[in-house]
Amino acid sequence: MGTRLKENWIYLIFAIVLLLLPLVLSEFRLNLLGKFLTFAIVAIAIDLIWGYTGILSLGHGVFFSLGAYCMGMYLKLQAESLPDFMMWSGLEEVPWFWKPFQHFWVALPMAVLIPAIFAVIIGIPTFRAGIKGVYFSILTQALALVVSIFFIGQQPYTGGTNGITNFRDIFGFSLAEASTMKVLYLITVLALIVIFVLSKWLVNTKTGRILIAIRDGENRLRFLGYNTSTFKVAIFALSAAIAGLAGALFVPQVGIISPSMMGILPSVEMAIWVAVGGRGTLTGAVIGALVVNSAKSYLSETFPDLWLYFLGALFIGVVLFFPKGIVGAFARLKRQDSSKRYLLTEGREV
Amino acid sequence: MFKYFFSIRKLGFAVVLVLTLMTFFLTARSEATEKEPIKVGVLHSLSGTMSISEVAVKDATLMAIDEINQKGGLLGRKIVPIVEDGASDWPTFAEKAKKLILKDKVAVVFGCWTSASRKAVLPVFEKYDHLLFYPVQYEGLEASKNIIYTGAAPNQQIMPAVSWLLKQGYKRFFLLGSDYVFPRTANLIIKKQLKVEGGVVVGEEYTPLGHTDYSTVISKIKAAKPDVIFNTLNGDSNVAFFKQLKAAGITADDIPVMSVSIAEHELIGIGAENAEGHYAAWNYFMSMKTPENEVFVRNYKARYGQDRVTDDPIEAGYFGVYLWAEAVKKAGTTDVKKVREALRGIKYKAPEGWVKIDPTNNHTWKIVQIGKIRKDGQFDIVWSSGKPIRPEPFPPLVSNKKVIAPGKIVNR
Repeated sequence: MGTRLKENWIYLIFAIVLLLLPLVLSEFRLNLLGKFLTFAIVAIAIDLIWGYTGILSLGHGVFFSLGAYCMGMYLKLQAESLPDFMMWSGLEEVPWFWKPFQHFWVALPMAVLIPAIFAVIIGIPTFRAGIKGVYFSILTQALALVVSIFFIGQQPYTGGTNGITNFRDIFGFSLAEASTMKVLYLITVLALIVIFVLSKWLVNTKTGRILIAIRDGENRLRFLGYNTSTFKVAIFALSAAIAGLAGALFVPQVGIISPSMMGILPSVEMAIWVAVGGRGTLTGAVIGALVVNSAKSYLSETFPDLWLYFLGALFIGVVLFFPKGIVGAFARLKRQDSSKRYLLTEGREV
Repeated sequence: MFKYFFSIRKLGFAVVLVLTLMTFFLTARSEATEKEPIKVGVLHSLSGTMSISEVAVKDATLMAIDEINQKGGLLGRKIVPIVEDGASDWPTFAEKAKKLILKDKVAVVFGCWTSASRKAVLPVFEKYDHLLFYPVQYEGLEASKNIIYTGAAPNQQIMPAVSWLLKQGYKRFFLLGSDYVFPRTANLIIKKQLKVEGGVVVGEEYTPLGHTDYSTVISKIKAAKPDVIFNTLNGDSNVAFFKQLKAAGITADDIPVMSVSIAEHELIGIGAENAEGHYAAWNYFMSMKTPENEVFVRNYKARYGQDRVTDDPIEAGYFGVYLWAEAVKKAGTTDVKKVREALRGIKYKAPEGWVKIDPTNNHTWKIVQIGKIRKDGQFDIVWSSGKPIRPEPFPPLVSNKKVIAPGKIVNR
């Protein structure tokens, strides 16, 4: 029994701490932490596909934002019958594809389904064609660029560069109330716990082993008779769906979604969280997202003119000294009683 | 079990988590009490694409705060600016606005440049019923009771520029802009205005922000043969556009360009020789000959370097602080609600001349001027409204709304 059980204790304590934090944190800090936790969910999504399956996606900002836009459309229609940006773009009424999003129970499933379907559409031709490694990364980066330019250009339907903002209610509760923010925070914590537990479970199933096998020796797996592209499409879609869910949780807490969240920069940043925390551990993804974003907020508040240099130094430092991230660094400290589990952190270079 | 539980690796996890969470606790400072300095927020992009423009506005804002402090402060208290970096990223602007209001408990915030960043922080300022001074000309169609707009409304820049061009005999307009809300709305207004005042649109083009290849657009311009190009491009695109226009052999004598987003600061990047003879419409030019402006320019250069220039948003960022300070003096307190009340109708003699906050719509009465670009990067003022113009955030040409009191917008 042993280690596995004790590891679970750590997770449990961490979860309880997160759930109790609304009692001690100020409204502003809690709101900020809520945002970071949605980033942690995206980080898990990226870890599944990058850390375990060895496919580096630099386009997860797109899936995150698609989910966020679905929720943003719902929130905007709650606030105004005809969104302000449609009015000043000359639209007289809400376009047909916006209308279903006035219902929460359409918007929320769509926030998960649309990114997943989009990932399948992108995934099938690319993985079938055997595109992988750095080519896939470049492709996803191009995707981030194309989709963000598309969203900027379609101002009457997407709000253009400004994005969608100025929300009022969610599910009948005012977003201006501190209590609504607390509930949203708690929902985010629960979502993170559920996603984390399910992902942990997934990577330990046979499917999870296949994913790791794809990472470590895809050709061998194919010779064994597995259709690896199907698995890749599936994990890409799952990862996109999780990112979409994170986006849907992000919007009501932050109050805005704009194309600036779906471009290349935020997408690369998301991969950096995972790299800093440590690939192929899930725990590392969560820690990385929390540490990097806390550092970003803290440094930019303390050194508004110089914070980017500190952040850059942090990234370079991690890559140079802890190539396996924060989790990998601690695992190395404990190398003497190495157990098989640490093999998971030996992520292959992509 | 005990040994495993406290193993180094687990301890490591715990340390990291504790450190992460401590960041939150440690930064939570105690509340400000009376007789302490007055904290004000300054929220601009100090990094990212917008920093080139916004850093200069931040500098002017800090200069005004320092000047007030040197004269003994406000209500006998010192003003302490808390600077935050919006990082050219709209959600970051919202986060930092929340931080300034909730954590630092500032009395007011000066900041933002792009409409996108203002739209991102607007719900924050309305939610906490706070106060933002916004220093840049914009597309209008907004009038929050929580924002004081010290830049031009459309009727204080775009519309007078169109009227002036028509009076000069330019009838055929080519509209060129970056693809976002300001140019799109500006062109909506211009098209309606031309219909009423007797002009025609012979072309309308939008390019993404940061676009740098204008050969296609320039050949379209050549084919359309306009009298004038109305330019609402933003940022770096202007550098490419003016250089390529000159390279294509089109000078200001052939087809003049009227710009509304190019000021002295941008001309440094474009190179004045590339834009010589073209026009820009603003409320303030560095070359203005008022005594207040001479002092302002001298102080700004002394503080930040002789090679620095002042321009319209820089000046608006500067006098915004003074307008707020006047209102604080009048109210006798920094209480946000009372200051907002005191701001209605408040006046200040700015470098551009008298400016006044309109008591109903929170925009600023400003003089309107048109300048012709000189070889040295300065403007010759070729037209001036002579007196401050009343701001109209909802131009009747494109909107059926009007403002009847701060934050109260009704159908006409």
